[in-house]
Amino acid sequence: MSAKVEELIKEEHPMERLLRMDRIPHIWCPTCGLGTTVTALSTALEQLQLDLNNVAVVSGIGCTGRVAGYMKLDSFHTTHGRAVPFALGLHIARPELKTIVFSGDGDLISIGGNHFIHTARRNVDMTIICVNNFIYAMTGGQVAPTTPLTAKAATTPYGNWEHPFNLPLLAASSGAVYVARWTALHVRRLTAAIKEAISKRGFSFVEVIAPCSTLYARINKLGTGLDLMKFYHDNSVIRHGADLNDVDIDFQSKIVVGKFVDIEKPTYIDCLNEGGKRAFGDKYKPYGGGNGNN
Amino acid sequence: MKFWRTPLDIDKLQIPRGELHILKERCKGCAFCVEYCPKGVLELSEEFNSKGYHPPVAVKPEECVNCDLCEMLCPDFAIYCVRTEAGEKEVTT
Repeated sequence: MSAKVEELIKEEHPMERLLRMDRIPHIWCPTCGLGTTVTALSTALEQLQLDLNNVAVVSGIGCTGRVAGYMKLDSFHTTHGRAVPFALGLHIARPELKTIVFSGDGDLISIGGNHFIHTARRNVDMTIICVNNFIYAMTGGQVAPTTPLTAKAATTPYGNWEHPFNLPLLAASSGAVYVARWTALHVRRLTAAIKEAISKRGFSFVEVIAPCSTLYARINKLGTGLDLMKFYHDNSVIRHGADLNDVDIDFQSKIVVGKFVDIEKPTYIDCLNEGGKRAFGDKYKPYGGGNGNN
Repeated sequence: MKFWRTPLDIDKLQIPRGELHILKERCKGCAFCVEYCPKGVLELSEEFNSKGYHPPVAVKPEECVNCDLCEMLCPDFAIYCVRTEAGEKEVTT
């Protein structure tokens, strides 16, 4: 079926340069916000004019985890929650690569939560794009650590009673040097944020609020993904540098978006070299990656 | 276009024109492009594509200003815009 549909398309979309076209059309539902986020990342990469041989995308499991399979870059689709440790290993072995972790809230924050906070603590130079759709979407809509209070999920039919994570606060308090949050509707601002995050040295975190029409919106009777986009349009409040204690997301409440944190801090490899120099003096040869020669 | 004051570089400004390309077979009918086109160029068509969705159709193609918002919002890489030199207009107050 998919091959047949693609055969009917004679024109070439400008985004096809960065997509594995044998995998397109993608499996994401109509009105899902993930395709828009992928476009934002592709546009950011094109505008930065990076050498695409030096960009790697790592994803975990879930709807968002499929991004690694769709992007025509060096990419890896890891096991559940292990996108960040894989990216950490990749970064230590090849620090010259721009390592981008593109994954979902369930993958990065719940199953990979410990990896996430410890990589942020070490300030490893990588970019995390976390698509937050408030639910475990691919597995059938179970409650996730980001599901807002009182929102319904497949496993909480009477409403969720657990407090959700405040992702920008978690990232910033763990040690991230760049923290931003945008919705899938703010495409231009999201692209600019991804560009800044990729250019930033250190652990940069971009949270993307994306509509999930098939599960989150259906279970909570919020309409289609387009209705969620309209909701973001009416209820997003842009507040740069907001106090992160106030950026919690309640069920159908105002969503505070913006760039919250942008600071400078030595990265993991800077600290490693500094520590080596302190201990061994001139005998220490600084580590800078490369092809195994250093 | 209405301005609250005449811009100083008004004689240098040109309203850009775009040419829309819709890849109907890849569309999943989410209508993001229809909703967020600032010029109201697009509308969902009555026809079906082979997946059974209604792809958008440009009802006012001459209004397109190549803002690229449809291209950036489309989750299915099914619409894009190319800037054309023809039909560019000078800005008048």
